[in-house]
Amino acid sequence: MWNYTHAVYDHFLQPHNAGALPDANAIGEVGSLACGDALKLYLKINNKGVIENVGFETFGCASAIASSSVLTDMIKGREVDDALKLTNRDIAEALGGLPKEKMHCSVMGQEALEAAIRQWKGEPPVPHTHEEGKLVCKCFGVTDAQIIRAIRENGLKTLEEATNYTKAGGACGDCRNEIVQILTAELKQKPFTELRPRPSLTNVQRMQQILKIIDDEIRPQLAADGGDIELVDVDGRRVVVSLHGRCSQCRSSDVTIRNLVERLLREHVELDLIVEEA
Amino acid sequence: MNTAYFDNNATSAVAPEVLEAMLPYLRDLYGNPSSMHTFGGQVASAVFQARSRIAALLGADPEEIIFTSCGSESDSTAVWSALQTQPEKRHLLTTRVEHPAILNVAQYWERQGYRVTYLDVDDKGRINQDEYLRTLTSDTALISVMFANNEVGNIYPIQRMAEAAKKNGVLFHTDAVQAVGKTPIDLSHMPVDMLSFSGHKIHAPKGIGVLYARKGVRFRPFLRGGHQERGRRAGTENVPYIVGLGMAAKLAGEHIQEDRIDMARLRDKLEQGIVARVPDCLINGDTENRLPNTTNIAFKNVEGEAILLMLDRLGICASSGSACTSGSMEPSHVLRAIGVPFNYAHGSVRLSLSRYTTEEEVDYVIEHLPGIVENLRAISPYKN
Repeated sequence: MWNYTHAVYDHFLQPHNAGALPDANAIGEVGSLACGDALKLYLKINNKGVIENVGFETFGCASAIASSSVLTDMIKGREVDDALKLTNRDIAEALGGLPKEKMHCSVMGQEALEAAIRQWKGEPPVPHTHEEGKLVCKCFGVTDAQIIRAIRENGLKTLEEATNYTKAGGACGDCRNEIVQILTAELKQKPFTELRPRPSLTNVQRMQQILKIIDDEIRPQLAADGGDIELVDVDGRRVVVSLHGRCSQCRSSDVTIRNLVERLLREHVELDLIVEEA
Repeated sequence: MNTAYFDNNATSAVAPEVLEAMLPYLRDLYGNPSSMHTFGGQVASAVFQARSRIAALLGADPEEIIFTSCGSESDSTAVWSALQTQPEKRHLLTTRVEHPAILNVAQYWERQGYRVTYLDVDDKGRINQDEYLRTLTSDTALISVMFANNEVGNIYPIQRMAEAAKKNGVLFHTDAVQAVGKTPIDLSHMPVDMLSFSGHKIHAPKGIGVLYARKGVRFRPFLRGGHQERGRRAGTENVPYIVGLGMAAKLAGEHIQEDRIDMARLRDKLEQGIVARVPDCLINGDTENRLPNTTNIAFKNVEGEAILLMLDRLGICASSGSACTSGSMEPSHVLRAIGVPFNYAHGSVRLSLSRYTTEEEVDYVIEHLPGIVENLRAISPYKN
């Protein structure tokens, strides 16, 4: 059972501003029936650019309904440009937090708000146009722009987190490599000083830490795709691994080694590790 | 607040008779059945009585009953034993709708280099028997097909499938965790080689399971060590739980006819009551061939977790195959295999009854569930 906060329960059981708004002059829609959650946000914006009234219709779980409800409270009476400063984290925080698997519900709120305001301003709706980003996850219709934004605004580091926040990669899994590439590129942009400085390691420490990261971080991600990994040798900064199961026949095993294994080992163990396949 | 418990496919109440039968073995009779003294030895006879009661329920011989810790251990052991005793065979045959206790084990062996076939099902969750026969080969080490499905309650034609397996000389295992006690099983007339089930689905406590292994079928233990269970499963016998399961099996045997009639009557009342009061819902699974205690109803344009939490506020316990309840992004593998329409798939709710379900509980759900769906639909952006 989910460990929802009282605020989530309150907004779910007694949602605020629920229902369509007949005199709305801005409507933002995100999600779909097939995806399992959707939000239609109705705004009545006056000629001073203030959100006078709000309504919402949500299809989804308790946290989706609660995120929608709390969002309407947060934007009612605010100027549109001020309201646009809201992030998905603000929505989650207003609910006292959401389970990590449910963070995409808060992202949905933020995206609906933006879509509505863009419509009011006469701009094209954001996410699914190709000028705004390339479609990465075909199952849930998530673009690279949406993924990059979630990574930047929430400090995401792993594939699992990217999926929890955007749903991308949560169904067939075909785009997981692409998401890992986006993550890798994003994480590289951070200056190295942002990564925790580490004292240099002895061989034994290095080997132990590598084994721990393989067990805790890498293997579960590969297992999700039916693959597995074995540490063959650690020779100085050279780490030799072999991939098993589905990974062993996978054409993109090179990509997996570089983007997943090497990235995580560099991130958690030592920055100058080189990973090779046995 | 009273609890209206409709989640018996997840776990069931411990029967009062079962608890009573167990208590002496938790209090005074703590001996080890393997001991040479009378204090321990008297416990061995209680274990034998339990074994006999379980054998009687299944139409088996007491020697064919192996006590394990749970259904999952039984499933893992069955697959392990079949593969270890026939190392030359490299193929496993199962279905897309198995419990994770089989699916994840099959995937593990797939990663170890085995070929695995996952039989598809149709829109009612039925297995295509022609495809099944086509997929059987001399390389098949084991067929594992569930007796009844936990989510939608479908009962599979194990008799015919096991007979076909026997004709082709292939070992046949069935995960009967949901079937035992709810549908008659007579292994003296059904050529199943191995069968798994679990105590806590039939009113015994959690932590005890059974693997039936037919006499003459070669067996390799999964858990090695002591000589317990005739060398087929090491570990000191969990005597109180074995005694409890023996009592639960005795009760199941005595009650099965009336339980099936009572549960089916209440389940049908519940299902018809909901369908009559809620527009746009459909029943998932094979209503012609399913457990008498299970209904899985899909509600259009609403999401299952939201329904469950609303029910929970009223003390009603149910479950859902929706994406949101599990933390995954997709509906359950069973609903996807069946191909429930996309506008229904996220709104499915499973209600599962037991011997102890009352008419009042059923009426209570019929009274409240329609309003919950109506309220959620009122705030859904999808109206049709």
